[in-house]
Amino acid sequence: MSQLPPIEPDLNEAAAGAGLGAAAPADQQSNFELKEVEGLSQGRIVMRRFLRHRGAMISAAILLLIVIAAFTSEGIDAAGIKIPGWWPYNYTELTTMHGSGAPSWQHPFGEDSLGRDMFAIVMRGCQQSLMIVFIVGVISLVIGVIIGAASGFFRGWIDTILMRFTDIVLIIPLIVLTATLGRRYGAHGSLILAVVLGLASWTALARLVRGDFLSLREREFVDAARVAGASPWRIMMVHILPNAIGVIIVNTTLLMSATILTESAVSFLGFGVQAPDVSLGSVIGQYQTAFQTRPWLFFWPAAFIVIISLTINFIGDGLRDAFDPRQKRALNKAARKAATAAREKARAGASAVDQTA
Amino acid sequence: MLTFLSRRLLASIIVLLLASYLVYILSANAGDPLEELRTSTAKNREALIQQRIQQLGLDIPTPLRYFLWLGGILKVFVGHFTLGDTISGTPVTSAVGSAAVVTIQLIVASVVLAIVFGILIGITTALRQYSGYDYTVTFLAFLFFSLPSFFIAVVLKAYVGITFNNYLGDPHVSWWAYVFIPLVIGAAAAGVSGGTRKFRWITFAVATAATLAVVAFVAATNWLVTPTLGAADIVLVAIVATAIALLVTILNTGLQNRKALYSALTAVAVGLVLYFPFLSISNQLNVWTVLLLGVVTIAVGALIGYLYGGFDRRQSMRNGAIVAFTTGLVIVISRFLRSWNDYVQYVANGRPIATVGSGTPNLNDISTSFWIHGIDTYTHLLLPTISLCLISIAGYSRYMRSNLLDVMNSDYIRTARAKGLNQRTVVMRHAFRNSLIPLTTIVAFDLGALLGGAVITENVFAWSGMGKLFTDALRRVDVNSLMGYFVVAGVAVVVFNLLADVAYSALDPRIRIAA
Repeated sequence: MSQLPPIEPDLNEAAAGAGLGAAAPADQQSNFELKEVEGLSQGRIVMRRFLRHRGAMISAAILLLIVIAAFTSEGIDAAGIKIPGWWPYNYTELTTMHGSGAPSWQHPFGEDSLGRDMFAIVMRGCQQSLMIVFIVGVISLVIGVIIGAASGFFRGWIDTILMRFTDIVLIIPLIVLTATLGRRYGAHGSLILAVVLGLASWTALARLVRGDFLSLREREFVDAARVAGASPWRIMMVHILPNAIGVIIVNTTLLMSATILTESAVSFLGFGVQAPDVSLGSVIGQYQTAFQTRPWLFFWPAAFIVIISLTINFIGDGLRDAFDPRQKRALNKAARKAATAAREKARAGASAVDQTA
Repeated sequence: MLTFLSRRLLASIIVLLLASYLVYILSANAGDPLEELRTSTAKNREALIQQRIQQLGLDIPTPLRYFLWLGGILKVFVGHFTLGDTISGTPVTSAVGSAAVVTIQLIVASVVLAIVFGILIGITTALRQYSGYDYTVTFLAFLFFSLPSFFIAVVLKAYVGITFNNYLGDPHVSWWAYVFIPLVIGAAAAGVSGGTRKFRWITFAVATAATLAVVAFVAATNWLVTPTLGAADIVLVAIVATAIALLVTILNTGLQNRKALYSALTAVAVGLVLYFPFLSISNQLNVWTVLLLGVVTIAVGALIGYLYGGFDRRQSMRNGAIVAFTTGLVIVISRFLRSWNDYVQYVANGRPIATVGSGTPNLNDISTSFWIHGIDTYTHLLLPTISLCLISIAGYSRYMRSNLLDVMNSDYIRTARAKGLNQRTVVMRHAFRNSLIPLTTIVAFDLGALLGGAVITENVFAWSGMGKLFTDALRRVDVNSLMGYFVVAGVAVVVFNLLADVAYSALDPRIRIAA
């Protein structure tokens, strides 16, 4: 133990108290990280960890690429605003068929049985699916946080009523709720559908936020704020919410990756986005039987669903790691090297002790 | 405990009632139940419309019609339980009943398999944390999370089912099967085994060679077409059963516990002795006698362990019972395989892997044999089960991994190590059992959700279970059917949530339910 480089007294004590070589490196590591992030705000630390998460950054880049491609290629056609895109074909336009419609230079993703360009359809589907995911995320975030925060903070009868209400929504299987609402509102356009899906998906988030608020409201800094005369609103917004933000962001991200699957499942069953508009799920549902003979009708939209869901999942994972205070793997190279060296040294020391004993 | 349960039950009933009201309103407003009649060209259209309105009470406003429906349920107390009529005039109760049976058939196998494989993968990845194996499995788990279930189902149906059936028509093992299957299995075995570099290479070589031998055997004997060697089957059964017995013993007690090892081997030997007698009576068996035999087998295994005795009798008994069960399972599978050829030729017309439906229609006309029926169920279950399994396995394995990692870092594991227990005892006796506790909750939730039907899977594979009932009802705005579906699904969720709570407090003494 004496070979260890000098570290802060409390950590030193902990390492010596554990008495085993295995306990020392972990403290070592956190110590290195402590030095590295000295003087940075919590937000900066989280940001830094996230930016260093390779999987999350690659995923973010790919997702950004898909978003840009989807919205510039087909242009925007929503709420009366029409901006044409750079792709020559429209997703409703019938082009001349080339043979079986297999992928070619003119139609890189192929054509469907009517001669519509598949790239245009897939990009339009991506637009719709991404937009739905985003709106569902925002709506669930708002409802979930408000309900969760109110019931966790005020407890008592407000909590009982809000949580029983959450139970009522939760007990209805998500696919049932979304499909039933989709059957009614799907034909009114995907914007309405997105809002409706959002109204059905907030329950898990509300429960998590409630749990976080329940434990945070018992902490000393909340007591201090209350003694200082802060209003409940201020305590929630300024003192508790920033501490719960990790849970909220991570779970909203994961909710969004689940939403793309829910939306595509509902559209696949025919209760979601309705023709002539398309989403990735509805394209697959429409062409699932044709895919023995024309696999490109099936695999392109499926590939985009998988890529979008996978990238959002990885981003969520990166965020979780970034917000996790126990996380120790985001050291920079130099620190990691030093930690390894210290660990080796400690191990050598421990085995030396073994031999003498 | 009783107060807690009754309180929870009461709250759940109220929640169910309110939720059912919500679902009723939503589904009644989902569309027009008269749509198909309005567009029909039948001469008596108006009369049909009037008849349906009368029958379903469509002239009553929805918020009130709900109470009529609820009244039907409440009549359970006077013995006239009804869930109303479907849109085509048949009682909902019978439709829901048959759908529920189909769904239970569908999910049981997939849940069991998902638990077994999820636990296996979770444990191995946790014990080899941050290894190449761990990263690969983590990536695959993420991938399966992100795959829409209909994608897996459609791909399985089109490629696995049809490719395998084509292969049976022309049994020829191509070169890539010789290369890739052994290499993948070898790499997985090396990843799981851990240890020094040299040890991992040895594992890799042994596993690859063994798999290569199996592939060569399959190709040489056309195993997948006629999976039986006649009387020589007993040699195969002996090899497989002994291998399983050794594996179980290594994990359960370690090979140095001789009495446990001998009980396991004796159980295998007894099974082999009874192999031919079993075959001779097997044609008279049915589901219940086979199950009964299974129970007897386990008892015999335990008895063998008991007779070996020793300082820790219970270990030998447990080991004997598990191995007796696995040996019995191998023998039963072997018996099934003997009927495979008949099934393929006479029932399935050479294309055994079914992609549609839950059973061959009118199978009883062809054969009433338990073994043929078993194979028929199996071939119909195979693809839907795989597609349901893959996603659950991804979830369970991740969950199990983090549980086991949590447990392995806890103080009592350090204590167990400090008192000199070996790795097997620490992992299998101390860590594994405790890491299972949180999994029971997740499994209970999943079961509750799955009883509501695997909506997508049932639709793709055309199983007429709960999920299909729901989508059909929604498509036709058949409110009573949809409510019948919701009653089963909602009650399942409530009951299994309650079970999860009870199981958790029973298994983990640290959790005490406040009465």
